[in-house]
Amino acid sequence: MSSSDFVSQVAPIKAADPCGALLQRCRTLVEDHELNHVKQWKAANPGAFVMGHMPIYAPRALVEAQGGLAVAVFGGGEEVDIIRGDSYFQSYICHIPRSTIELGLGGQLDVLDGMMFPSICDVIRNLGGMWKILFPNKYSAYVDLPQNFAQGIGGKFYAHELGRIAEEMHKFGAQKLEPEKLRQAMRDENLRRAAIGKLDELRRTEPHRCLASEAYLLVRAGGGLLAKEHAAMIEEFVLAAKKRDTRPRDNVRVVLVGAFCEQAPVDLIRALEKAGCDIVDDDFQLGMRMIEGDLDAEAEDPLLALAMGFIKKGAAVASRYIADEVKGKSLIDKVKASKADGVIFAAASFCDPALLDQPMLEVAMDEAKIPHTSFKYAENTGQFQVIREQAGAFSDAVKLWGQVE
Amino acid sequence: MADRPSKDAPAPNKDDSQKRQKDMIADHFDKLSRSKADGKKVVYTFVPGNLTELLLALDLLPVLPEINALQSGMRKKSGGYIAEAEKAGHSEDVCTYVKCDIGMIKSGNIGPTGQKLPEPDLLLLSYTGCFTFLKWFELLQHEYNCPVVMLHVPYQPDGVATPAMREYIVEQLENEVIPALEKLAGKKLDYDELSRRLALSRIAEDDLVAVWESAKHTPSPIDGYFGGVYYIGPIFSSFRGSQDAIDYYRLLRAEVEERIRLGQGPTTPDGRMDEQKYRLVVEGPPNWTSFNDFWHMFSKEQAVVCASTYTRVGGLYDQGFRHDPSQPLESLADYCLGCYTNLGLPSRIDLIEKYVREYNADGFLINSVKSCNSFSAGQLLILREIEKRTGVPGGFIESDLVDPRYFGKANIENRVQSFLQMLDARKTRMINAPMRSGPAVHV
Ligand code: SF4
Ligand code: SF4
Repeated sequence: MSSSDFVSQVAPIKAADPCGALLQRCRTLVEDHELNHVKQWKAANPGAFVMGHMPIYAPRALVEAQGGLAVAVFGGGEEVDIIRGDSYFQSYICHIPRSTIELGLGGQLDVLDGMMFPSICDVIRNLGGMWKILFPNKYSAYVDLPQNFAQGIGGKFYAHELGRIAEEMHKFGAQKLEPEKLRQAMRDENLRRAAIGKLDELRRTEPHRCLASEAYLLVRAGGGLLAKEHAAMIEEFVLAAKKRDTRPRDNVRVVLVGAFCEQAPVDLIRALEKAGCDIVDDDFQLGMRMIEGDLDAEAEDPLLALAMGFIKKGAAVASRYIADEVKGKSLIDKVKASKADGVIFAAASFCDPALLDQPMLEVAMDEAKIPHTSFKYAENTGQFQVIREQAGAFSDAVKLWGQVE
Repeated sequence: MADRPSKDAPAPNKDDSQKRQKDMIADHFDKLSRSKADGKKVVYTFVPGNLTELLLALDLLPVLPEINALQSGMRKKSGGYIAEAEKAGHSEDVCTYVKCDIGMIKSGNIGPTGQKLPEPDLLLLSYTGCFTFLKWFELLQHEYNCPVVMLHVPYQPDGVATPAMREYIVEQLENEVIPALEKLAGKKLDYDELSRRLALSRIAEDDLVAVWESAKHTPSPIDGYFGGVYYIGPIFSSFRGSQDAIDYYRLLRAEVEERIRLGQGPTTPDGRMDEQKYRLVVEGPPNWTSFNDFWHMFSKEQAVVCASTYTRVGGLYDQGFRHDPSQPLESLADYCLGCYTNLGLPSRIDLIEKYVREYNADGFLINSVKSCNSFSAGQLLILREIEKRTGVPGGFIESDLVDPRYFGKANIENRVQSFLQMLDARKTRMINAPMRSGPAVHV
């Protein structure tokens, strides 16, 4: 599919839309599978380290603190043809590792000096090992996110893990980690988080001013931008969106969960919108929203502070052990906070963490009398008619009866 | 050897050690069924990274849901259990061990011996080598509403257990796991008793390693995969650190040594396999729902498995690890760190390569199971690498652990046959041109 086809299918941009130019820029960034914008950044910053990372969350501030750029790799979506990737994975494994391998072997990720593989599932974990074999000259880091949340145990372990990665990145060419630079990178991350917070607030309060598919583009577009630059772009959008001449729609408000790793095609998000759903909260690109609160950028030990951000403020996602909280509570809180009418469970096919989590969340939704529906997708799903009809029926049922029979 | 027309191939004759193991297991399930009446506390936990010595030292009774699932598979119950779980909303895409367990609970929680399993008093979530474990016990917590204690075991991406990893585990043991177990047991942990149990583990581990390494003989006196899954039973489950385990492994080792002395092979569904035409290394878990059929596909062709990775999921004793009574917690940490699926893919490949060479294998086969991303993701690269490094041909078949829908007997059998024919062709080529090793082509 050509870029212009894609643009025309995703969302119509009205000439007078004050957000039009920004959204266009976001689309270009999201579709840039050749990572040309990253290449340009690297050319402008000779010798700087570029670190790719798989979803969900990665310590991006660490990379920026070492003079580098973190680049989120979300697979190939629907545009990348899989030629080699399929010969590395059996049919019953999700799609994102095969498209990531495809991009790697096809040279589209050559600009990356390294890749981080956060510990969220066995597939990404093993992909990290494959990366070491297939790309022996690149840095490949497994990020072992702690499942123990005591500062003196899991916090200490994760801070040590971050220190190890910082040293290894340095050996591969990144700048040496200095505490003040890390504090600055955390301040920048806080700016990004605040900007995304404003965007999410706008979606919740005035979803007609910011469609979920637009918020998606805005957040995802920053996957290969410095935090500060990304924050500025989102802030600009929020200001512009408030000037939009749009009117509220009679849509149902839904929270979408389960899509935190392999991404749904943007057209699928549009299909849900067309079916009458305002997605007022979601977990697409959860990494950017993973830390629910500011990092302590003034801490004496910034490495520990970065670690503790994950430990104490990490979102309740399927790959994280929920020690003391009731399963599903966090989702119920989200539904309440966003005044949503229901929940859509959307998981990538064969996604263990999402699909194993789902039955527990569904029970929690039933108990809380929150209507829900579910479907599966793959990043290269091309047909949305069935999903659209299902979402339409869900939205009608919620509107008519408040819940689904 | 002639094919057997029966739908299910016969089980091999039982050795004394196997009868002994059966008695041990029956006794354990008896204890479990009486646990509430006897005032014993029950802890559910997982095979890789299990802390059996710690549980036994505190008089706690372990239950291993993975073992229940595989037993359900062998008893042909798993298909129904999985259907039950899927009916209750569990995805068809996820690990079937989990669904089998959930279905078993929903069907009355009757264990492998026909007795009802006691509910857990605590779930010990030792998180080693597989992310699904985390979700599995979250699901069980939902079913049972009982406490969970987590032991997060870091992964070894480079095959190195660092001091920071060890320290992290020991700190969790000291500050969270042991206090939770002590609270449940109603008593303090006696570290001398823990050390005594670890010393018992060592003895059994030595004997198990001797059994594994016996397969370096020709003919191999054991089958290190189909037979091997029986051999790991006691040490991977509730018996490590017990006198029972020592007695079992001593008996097993004696049987194996006797077979070496007599030049005999292992007992298989096709009788004793003294003549062995192919020596294989196998990666991946077996299928349990048609276990004997699966084994029969190999034994009827006189193919013996001399080493397998599945039999190392509960510990890499043959690579030198032994529990160490002088540093009990550090030793438990090292054990958890070193389980096979907790090793990065490059280390797994190194280990398989070593097995192919040390066990003088003619071929290497992967049984890729749909359920298990921990094993399966990356296996196609493992296949290529092993072929490249050793020149030994690889085979690739697909099935599942306990979901009978994914055991396509005819298809698997065809693939096994083609694979063995490929080994024949390579042997012939090597005889005709002994200086050239054959091309490695997988089926
Ligand atoms: S989609 Fe799910 S299973 Fe696949 S890599 Fe991502 S988290 Fe893992
Ligand atoms: S995914 Fe594999 S290792 Fe994990 S519980 Fe299932 S079968 Fe066991």
